[in-house]
Amino acid sequence: MAIDTGTREPARVSGGEGSTGHLEELRADPIGLMQRVRDECGDVGVFRLADREVVLLSGAEANEFFFRSPEEILDQAEAYPFMTPVFGEGVVFDASPERRREMLHNQALRDKFMRGHAATIASEVEAMVADWDDEGEIDLLEWFAELTMYTSSACLIGKRFRDQLDGRFAALFHDLEKGTDAIAYVDPYADIESFHRRDAARAELVSLIQGIMEGRAAGPPATQDDQDLVDVLMSVKNPDGSDRFLPDEVTGMFISMMFAGHHTTSGTAAWTLIELLRNPDVMVRVDDELADLYADGAEVSYQALRAMPLLESSIKEALRLHPPLILLLRVAKDELACEGFAIHPGQMVAASPSVSNRLPEDFPEPEAFRPDRYLDPREEDRLNPWTWIPFGAGRHRCVGQAFAMMQLKAIFSVLLLDWEFAPAQPSDTYRNDHSKMVVQLQQPCVVRYHRRAVARSHPGPGA
Amino acid sequence: MRIVVDADLCQGHGVCESEAPGVFEVGKDHQVVVLDADPPADRRTEIEAAVRFCPTHALSLVDE
Repeated sequence: MAIDTGTREPARVSGGEGSTGHLEELRADPIGLMQRVRDECGDVGVFRLADREVVLLSGAEANEFFFRSPEEILDQAEAYPFMTPVFGEGVVFDASPERRREMLHNQALRDKFMRGHAATIASEVEAMVADWDDEGEIDLLEWFAELTMYTSSACLIGKRFRDQLDGRFAALFHDLEKGTDAIAYVDPYADIESFHRRDAARAELVSLIQGIMEGRAAGPPATQDDQDLVDVLMSVKNPDGSDRFLPDEVTGMFISMMFAGHHTTSGTAAWTLIELLRNPDVMVRVDDELADLYADGAEVSYQALRAMPLLESSIKEALRLHPPLILLLRVAKDELACEGFAIHPGQMVAASPSVSNRLPEDFPEPEAFRPDRYLDPREEDRLNPWTWIPFGAGRHRCVGQAFAMMQLKAIFSVLLLDWEFAPAQPSDTYRNDHSKMVVQLQQPCVVRYHRRAVARSHPGPGA
Repeated sequence: MRIVVDADLCQGHGVCESEAPGVFEVGKDHQVVVLDADPPADRRTEIEAAVRFCPTHALSLVDE
């Protein structure tokens, strides 16, 4: 695709005259900035982050170019400097990020493990609602963040590890997520409060995991079946008999495994509930669908892997309107051309789910919550594989997509069968906080719950 | 019917293998292999499910 003739330079978006370019605007109103790039420049436009230019692509054709390009052309590894201090600098892995992703995929995310994961997730939700009174309030950000910390640790690392976690782990993880200010494009270790908290949280996580590892060394698992990933990593030794993986490295691995699936799933769960509360007509239909599907006593572990058309469509629509990742980034490694526009080596290249998911030509009534757009025969997600991109697309598509959808279906099966929800604040006051690269719900974000008069769930064995 | 794979998109989730065993197989290299490129018509429902539930939309079915 490298072309050296007949290309033009893409247009630059207005503003960003200062030395850091559009960095301040990206930190204050990233979606506004990206939409302005499309409005002013079209499918290919440029903004500036400190001394780096970012070529923002949008629309089906440009997005297809972005998502089909291999790693050698559009490199992912150096595009996210704000993640280095989170995962841990100097942590040496045995494998490339690509290989680690493959390993994770192969070990934990394959289709054949999903049923076991679904049962694990259902019991984690049940354990959390077991603490609820007949009615009360929850903070959506904190509640779903804690729940998804337990589910992802149990499914990806193992039950033994999960059982050693409490709310502290989720709180520390949250500080890591908040430590993703775009200032990292200038200096990932800038002297700002959120970066200090990030570094303190990471150090604390290392000592928590070190404590867990010391406990394991003192009392190893009884059988191989009880082993989790901590035990497996601890069993790897150097030739001199010392441990191959130190607590700092193990922590780095766990953070990198859990990070991608945590704030994303947590935020999507919250937004699905918020949108259902904003659209009571849809909530009624989702309730009816669940009542039907579970009428014969089906277990969540079975049902969450099967079609639940309206709930699934509601989750997809929450993802379209509130994608957890709003900006996907790469670095160009070659002279490239996209729609006749030149892209130069060293420039960053970006696609934006926030912008693409709301293109009016692909998604009629783009601002409205319309789950029916995914039902047969409209199927707007399948019809627009390069612009319906909450999970990305192509070879770098989120490997956790199937796991995430199953997880969300399991969570809402348990929650909506036995509980009813209502907003505890005006429903237009639920918002995302876009001040960090990791998008989170802005507090306050409270909802009320109360137990249904007649429980509709059929707890199976182990429930 | 003929099964078409977009290799750029396949990530080897193995959903197709679960839906239509014997028609699809996902090996250790995380790429789908179509074992039976010209499957009998009575497997059509399973294959359609495999195409439909592929998480990366890497499969399609062409009638010829």
